[in-house]
Amino acid sequence: MAESVLEIENLRTSFNIKGNYYAAVDGVSLTVHKNEVVAIVGESGCGKSALALSIMGLHNAKTTKLEGQANLKGQNLIGLPVDKLNKIRGKDLGMIFQDPMTALNPLATIGRQIEEPMDYHMKLSKAAKRIRVMELLEQVGIKDVNRIYKQYPHELSGGMRQRVVIAIALACNPVMLIADEPTTALDVTIQAQIMDLMKELQRITDSGIILITHDLGVVAEMADRVAVMYAGEFVEIADVQSLFDNPLHPYTRSLLNSIPSNMSDKEKLHVIEGIVPSIQNLDREGCRFAPRIPWISAEAHEKNPKLHEVEPGHYVRCTCYKDFHFPEERVEDEHYVTT
Amino acid sequence: MVKFIIRRVLIMIPQLFLLSLIIFVLAKQMPGDAVTGAFMGNPNVSDEQMEKIREEYGLNDPWYVQYGHWIGKAVKGDLGSSYTHKQPVTSLLAGRVTTTVTLGLFILIVSYIIAIPLGIIAGRWTDTWADKLIVLYNYFSFATPLFVFALLMLYFFGFVLGWFPTGNSVDVRLDAGSWEYYVSKFKHLVLPGMSGAILATFGTIQYLRNDIIDTKLKDFVKTARAKGVPEGKVYTRHILRNSLLPIAAFLGYEITGLIAGSIFLEMIFSYPGLGQLFIQSITGRDFTVTTAIVMISGAAVIVGTMLSDIILSIIDPRIRIE
Repeated sequence: MAESVLEIENLRTSFNIKGNYYAAVDGVSLTVHKNEVVAIVGESGCGKSALALSIMGLHNAKTTKLEGQANLKGQNLIGLPVDKLNKIRGKDLGMIFQDPMTALNPLATIGRQIEEPMDYHMKLSKAAKRIRVMELLEQVGIKDVNRIYKQYPHELSGGMRQRVVIAIALACNPVMLIADEPTTALDVTIQAQIMDLMKELQRITDSGIILITHDLGVVAEMADRVAVMYAGEFVEIADVQSLFDNPLHPYTRSLLNSIPSNMSDKEKLHVIEGIVPSIQNLDREGCRFAPRIPWISAEAHEKNPKLHEVEPGHYVRCTCYKDFHFPEERVEDEHYVTT
Repeated sequence: MVKFIIRRVLIMIPQLFLLSLIIFVLAKQMPGDAVTGAFMGNPNVSDEQMEKIREEYGLNDPWYVQYGHWIGKAVKGDLGSSYTHKQPVTSLLAGRVTTTVTLGLFILIVSYIIAIPLGIIAGRWTDTWADKLIVLYNYFSFATPLFVFALLMLYFFGFVLGWFPTGNSVDVRLDAGSWEYYVSKFKHLVLPGMSGAILATFGTIQYLRNDIIDTKLKDFVKTARAKGVPEGKVYTRHILRNSLLPIAAFLGYEITGLIAGSIFLEMIFSYPGLGQLFIQSITGRDFTVTTAIVMISGAAVIVGTMLSDIILSIIDPRIRIE
């Protein structure tokens, strides 16, 4: 394996709600290597974005408690004072945001916004910065670079703006990119274009990428490894092939089962019962997914679920995966019954 | 940009026309007229004589004929003559306009000098003791009536401490244009100006504080932080520019407040400006002067809103009309 770029160790992010701290990211460990795309998947509210913002140090410091480590090229970002963090953010660490409609300053030109990180991280002349911006704009697939350079965000479409957001993240050649649902806010056709662009960029840069998404199609297309997140924890980590061929954790299997398929004769879509518990109401004892699979007996779960390495590089939390079956499945013959 | 400004200026013409029409009709609706104002209760002038004077001055013509006469002269710069002061309205107003505009500008500028830093501090460091103090001051300036506050200022700084003169806009014994003359003008300006400015800050502080609190949670501010922009620059380059928009939009309204405020201030500080003349002209039924002053005030508000629009269009590319 290539050298590791980002090592997250036992990261815990807690938010202050009415005087008490509740962990939204609850002891997460993950290593991202050079030129590797690690996808983090899970439902809304399971802590994916909270994890991304913790690495970037973008949570409100007053109401957030960060513990653990996130080592970027050996330097721990967690607890780093803002002025030191500012020397890393935008330079070694780039972030692509979810909603391009709000991620750009409405009052500044596109050119200025892409140049801005260079002001702080690169010693370039004005002309050199401009050349670099043109280069970046071309890299993200924008044709009319001279015109776009002078334009304002409101003059651009959502897809174009997302390309600009990506150009900003790439401006100083980061070693690590965090993309927080980069296609969620876009039209389906534009989503495909942006994903193609991301793949292309992954080919030409050798930065590590954390791709946060809930689109399993995107995961299958782009990721090298996948971490499935539920209620603040990783419940399964595997390379993309093993995850899709041999999903183990009940949550992973439920997610995969929820993808509508035109091959299947089933008329109803599969839904996972219940919702992700809010961080105040989350029962932190035992298997966190247990309440959503009540037909699985309590004995199947571990008391203190840990990540077990079942195959090299394939980790699963809790032991319940061994006894898991969907409610409509008969356990004896794994045969689907349409309901 | 130039196109936008020209268009915006042209829009003012119909606005001013409508304004003049409304003011004229409203003024006509006031009880009495210039003749009643001048001779009411005068035993030497009989009703018949008053009626004759009315006929002579065209005061019995239908309102649209009178309006026609008035506006026809007004566009040429002739606003008629004052019935009570027996001199052309324009020359009567000239000196007073400068006095009032000086007072207004002083209040506007000083209130911004106070309010903008305070608004920024309160918005950036919300819920700190500094913020709480500023909000307290804001409640005070919002709730205190100008005429009470101005009287207290007058009593304390003008009478008890005697630091500043208590009336007029300049020491009349000095030669106009000399250094001492301007110093004296400034000394006369300080009390009414500061009284107005200290209370005129609440709108700006409140808008700025709220908008900074809103803007600092916006996504593009996260983008800026993710770029590694230092915290101070995040405020100056990203948050402030966006938060100044409502302040610029508020400018037109701010001017309206200043005009209303100047009436109180000029009465209390015997400051010979438009506000003082306005009250005199109403009580004296000096119709031409009243309409002229209301017209000037209305025009000031229209110009203020135009300035707001132009400033906004300079800061915000989204509002430029092509």
